[in-house]
Amino acid sequence: MRRFIRNLAVATALVSVLTVAATAEEPKRGGTLITALGQSPRHLNPAVQSGIVTGAPGAQLFAAPLRYDEDWTPQPYLAKSWKVSDDGLSVTLNLVENATFHDGKPITSEDVAFSVKTIQENHPFKTMFAPVTSVETPDKHTAILKLSQPHPALMLAMSSQLMPIIPKHVYGDGQDPKTHPQNSNDVVGSGPFKLVEFKPGEHVILERHDGFFMEGRPYLDKIVMRVIKDPSARAIALENGELHLSTFESLARNINRLKKVDSLTTTPDGYAAIGPLDWLAFNTATGKTADVRVRHAIAYAIDKNFILKAILLGTAADARTGIHPGSPLYESDVASYDLDIDKANKILDDAGYAKGSDGMRFSLNVDFGWPEMKPNAEYTKAALKKIGIDVSVRASADFPTWAKRIGGHDFDMTWDTVFNWGDPVIGVHRTYQSSNIKKGVIWSNTQQYKNARVDELLESAGKEPDPAKRKALYSEFQKIVADELPVYWTNTLPYHTVYSNKVGNPPLGIWSSSSPMDRTYLK
Amino acid sequence: MKILQRVLYAILLLIAVLVLNFSMLHLAPGDIADTIAQSMGGADAEILEQIRSDYGLDQPFLVQLGQYIWKVLHFDLGHSFFYNQPVTTLIIAKLPATLLLVLTAQLLALVVGVLLGVYSARHPNGLSSHFVTLFALFGYSAPVFWTGILLLIAFSLKIPLFPVAGMIDVTVEGGFFVRALDIAKHMVLPVVTLSSIFLALYSRLCRASMMEVLGSDYIRTAKAKGLSEREIVLKHALKNSLSPVVTLAGLQFSAVISGAVLVETVFSWPGLGTLALQSIIARDTPTILGILFFSALVVVVGNLLTDLALRTIDPRVRGKA
Repeated sequence: MRRFIRNLAVATALVSVLTVAATAEEPKRGGTLITALGQSPRHLNPAVQSGIVTGAPGAQLFAAPLRYDEDWTPQPYLAKSWKVSDDGLSVTLNLVENATFHDGKPITSEDVAFSVKTIQENHPFKTMFAPVTSVETPDKHTAILKLSQPHPALMLAMSSQLMPIIPKHVYGDGQDPKTHPQNSNDVVGSGPFKLVEFKPGEHVILERHDGFFMEGRPYLDKIVMRVIKDPSARAIALENGELHLSTFESLARNINRLKKVDSLTTTPDGYAAIGPLDWLAFNTATGKTADVRVRHAIAYAIDKNFILKAILLGTAADARTGIHPGSPLYESDVASYDLDIDKANKILDDAGYAKGSDGMRFSLNVDFGWPEMKPNAEYTKAALKKIGIDVSVRASADFPTWAKRIGGHDFDMTWDTVFNWGDPVIGVHRTYQSSNIKKGVIWSNTQQYKNARVDELLESAGKEPDPAKRKALYSEFQKIVADELPVYWTNTLPYHTVYSNKVGNPPLGIWSSSSPMDRTYLK
Repeated sequence: MKILQRVLYAILLLIAVLVLNFSMLHLAPGDIADTIAQSMGGADAEILEQIRSDYGLDQPFLVQLGQYIWKVLHFDLGHSFFYNQPVTTLIIAKLPATLLLVLTAQLLALVVGVLLGVYSARHPNGLSSHFVTLFALFGYSAPVFWTGILLLIAFSLKIPLFPVAGMIDVTVEGGFFVRALDIAKHMVLPVVTLSSIFLALYSRLCRASMMEVLGSDYIRTAKAKGLSEREIVLKHALKNSLSPVVTLAGLQFSAVISGAVLVETVFSWPGLGTLALQSIIARDTPTILGILFFSALVVVVGNLLTDLALRTIDPRVRGKA
């Protein structure tokens, strides 16, 4: 009997130990994670194809020198350590020694140099590596990036979304890297997962790379990324457990519905570096919107709260400048334009735009490029009628039609969505720099905004190595553009990540699903 | 001779389709360079120029058109800008999924539609006949994507019988039968959704023509001979009332690809419809043209086959030709 009691006590103790272990949530090895892609990737090589759709499989297939969590501090990844020289003109990466590509060949500094060169030549974001003049490779595991000027943006550019390390012995075979057959099939990567199968429009199947350099990782055996274009179908699949994880969900109605499902977590965390912003852009060179007073009046007449509450149903956050509010460089103390119809009318009266007999002062067009923006465009028409501006909503049949109009500077106002892409040098400067007024190029400075001080500030901030000084430069920039309103920022995009409670460590870092999921596991 | 003439017309028609489609797509503002820029979150002028010259978009219109027709005449539908694969390969890869979906849906609609039509023609004023009519009209007027989502909510979410999306579950491993069963499970909802449109058409048409036939003299004669009701309906009446249904089925078959676009999108069915939508959104001209050309080919061949089928069913058609 006594023995029985003792056994019982031991058993109870064991059970409690096990329970504690379970609540501490040790990551578990194994399992297949099923995630969704809202579109089909063109191919899987992020070195020559930017964007979040290639980013999700790309970050699993390819490792980068650095990685980021929820905050903006770089973490070691392929580079176990790094050093920026005092003059800021060279960045030394010390690579981990045991890293291999999926074909077993070692990852060396040669591959880093080759990746930088391929990205410089083929990636659309030219500013990322523009100051890099050469990459020196004193030994197999040391790569030194030589710069023509200090380039703080490099730190964010060295993450998986923007700087995948690709094997020189595969992609350096002389074929054009943009159309290389191994961008889609037989991808040889450096990341935690290797490619099993990519069927365009259907799925990407990835499996654990056993030779991955981080001990014990990745935890998952497989990741299946299914292309499901219809947001309602994705929502149902998440609810019934067919999908474990979906990122970049942006339909407000669905988000609010999914928030109520007990088996799921729905969160807006994880998009700060992607930095998606909605704004109303103005043609600042021609027409009535070239007058800054008209732009001010329009901003006062548009009720941000209506957009945030009635159109986006409370799923998105206020944005006041061209930098995403999640960025450490965001300046919230800028001119704001809370709804004030009387003030807006007064500004226009004072500026000499008298109302005609029909109560209208003048007319403007407002464009939108994709159906999600239609409510904003229609709201603009209703809102500006109150201050005597007769707005016609111009629909575009599809994206190229809209891009042609806006890129060709043939517009008064347009609703737009633009991403920050990490550092302002990559995704912010392009909208405001006068040197980037390039006819025919969408998401260049299509507003044709010119301000010498802004140009100067962006130029200096781009190469300012001191974080505090850099922040001050960007603050001044944000204050000026908030005064002059080449665009009127309304909100961040309501991007949400939805995941099953079975998923541990979902990708909630600043790069969302464009970050490696080696730590993600299934409970 | 007649057949040869028809084939010749068919070829001319196909060329006209090519020229028209190509010209219309060319008229639309913007091009693939813009959508590639979109998918990349931006691009600079140099890259846009490069894409345009890579794909020959900087050539004059007539040169592009000439090159395209020349290629098609050599059975080459060109290279997809977006997927960087031959269009023919893309279409052939997606074709089986669409055929499986569309043929099953058509077959289901035809069989059930004819049965419902015959049933309601025999009891034209009964309650159940009205119910059939109501049901059919509902299926026809409800937008397919809406029907699809409703079915998903009912049978994937509330009563989780069927999967939400796709054609196969890639995590299922097993032999042929396990896989076939898996595909069958994925097929149920899209097939029911797609057939709901055609079901209404067939049952209405079959009902009308059946009622007409049932009222004709030879049926009365058959009744007078003392044949059983069953024999009259199945042997005498049905055969004659089927020819409009077959004509319609033939014509509908061509419309099937257009209907499949919506159903495939809702259910993420990996077929031609999804490919068509994706390539239209991406302004992937060679793929759009390839799919349109292929659809035109299906229509033309479908019409020829319908003619042949009618000749088999209805000897009068044979006489006229």
